[in-house]
Amino acid sequence: MTNMRALTGNEAGAYAIKQIDPDVVPAYPITPQTELMQTFAQYVADGVVQTEMILVESEHSAMSAAVGASAAGARVMSATSANGLALMWEIVYIASSSRLPIVLAVVNRALSGPINIHCDHADSMGCRDAGWIQIYGENPQEVYDNMIQAVRIAENKNVLLPVMTTHDGFIISHTVERVDVLEDDQVKKFVGQYSPRYPLLDTAHPVTYGPLDLQDYYFEHKKQQAEAMKDAKKVILEVGAEYGKLSGRSYGFFDEYQTEDAEYIVIALGSTAGTAKAAVDEMRERGQKVGVIKLRVFRPFPAPELVKAISGAKAVAVLDRSEGFNAVAGPVFSEVRSALYRKSDIPVSAYVYGLGGRDITPEMISGVFADLKSGRLHEEEAFHLGLRE
Amino acid sequence: MSDQAPGWKDLPIGGVIDHAGNSFEYETGDWRAARPTLDKNKCIDCLQCWVFCPDGSILVEDEKMAGFDYQHCKGCGICAHTCPVDAIEMISEEKVGEVEIDEWGVKKSSPPEKGDQG
Repeated sequence: MTNMRALTGNEAGAYAIKQIDPDVVPAYPITPQTELMQTFAQYVADGVVQTEMILVESEHSAMSAAVGASAAGARVMSATSANGLALMWEIVYIASSSRLPIVLAVVNRALSGPINIHCDHADSMGCRDAGWIQIYGENPQEVYDNMIQAVRIAENKNVLLPVMTTHDGFIISHTVERVDVLEDDQVKKFVGQYSPRYPLLDTAHPVTYGPLDLQDYYFEHKKQQAEAMKDAKKVILEVGAEYGKLSGRSYGFFDEYQTEDAEYIVIALGSTAGTAKAAVDEMRERGQKVGVIKLRVFRPFPAPELVKAISGAKAVAVLDRSEGFNAVAGPVFSEVRSALYRKSDIPVSAYVYGLGGRDITPEMISGVFADLKSGRLHEEEAFHLGLRE
Repeated sequence: MSDQAPGWKDLPIGGVIDHAGNSFEYETGDWRAARPTLDKNKCIDCLQCWVFCPDGSILVEDEKMAGFDYQHCKGCGICAHTCPVDAIEMISEEKVGEVEIDEWGVKKSSPPEKGDQG
């Protein structure tokens, strides 16, 4: 049984956290995340959750409190954006290397400077190599669904890695859409009871977190993290399928839209995938064989699965909502082209778009498909879509 | 680096140390550049060295200063600095052979323990 709500992306995230009812939520406000934790704080004030909410003095403290509480054995969630995530930076790595299954909603916003509060993916892409699982949401429904699944993925004993679930700042965070929510007890049952691996509060089995780890052990611990990220792939699929049975909405690594016979495919993350689907619908009406792949899971990166999904096309375009500053292209392009190396000769065209919240329209994406079809490929260097010359 | 150390599959995850009381197994004595030595003629057994030693390396028997745990003493010199009667002298590890001390760092010139006049 489901019931329908009209929620913004942030409200959908707060509603998911309410139903998960985590033990501890340390949080600090930052646009455009603020509304998410403000909404959740109201649930705390109203006494509808048991959560201990800690109002800290900075995001560095928010992630530090999350690490402390998680090591103690608590189920911990938080949310942030852009510079807030940047201020967490040091502790973001401590969380993943200590194998603490914290779930963090990242409401994507451009990193300063120049200062900008609108959407791009510079913040979460900045910590793509921080050892966190990253799941990108397209709309408020996915914000809700991803946060609930994230708890199960993070806490799986073969994973024990923190998870970032992201959604686009303002475009999704402040847009009201239809969200089918589960019943409270369904969510409670789905996430289950958290049994921590090494809880500090278990005084009968004392452990030490964060000891010095030098040349003789650090390398082995990094290999363990890398393996956990590989093991997470299976768990992500299992949890996505189980969630599908519960809700009617199954999830995998990516969502394929009209790709079966597609000659040209666009790969995008987040809300832009929705825009691209609108462009595809319009072009399909005119007989164009085009499709979209919405990449949902960026870490771990589903390389062989993605290669299989696109290898039947004649050309692919990757839309990156962050600049790689590598004099080539953005991070998603680099991953996709690397995945294809010696597997397929399919050309991949690089685009960077939408930085600082610059709008992207279905017409612009139709233009990308037109470029692919006519062979105007950007293989050496990204084309900056929607930029004034 | 030890070849005997466990591989990545056998280590506890997250850098966690999953059993207590193991710091004693980590012998930090080889960090030392100078070692404390004790002159029992001067020592008044006030045990201020025991209070201040950051590594628990002052050995005490029957509430009296008995010497140093050289397996763990890092040679910081706090004991010598804090001793009110200058009974503790820091000696460079290079010159250890030139001073007659027992295995606990008590100078041989110190009076022998009770009853033992040998």
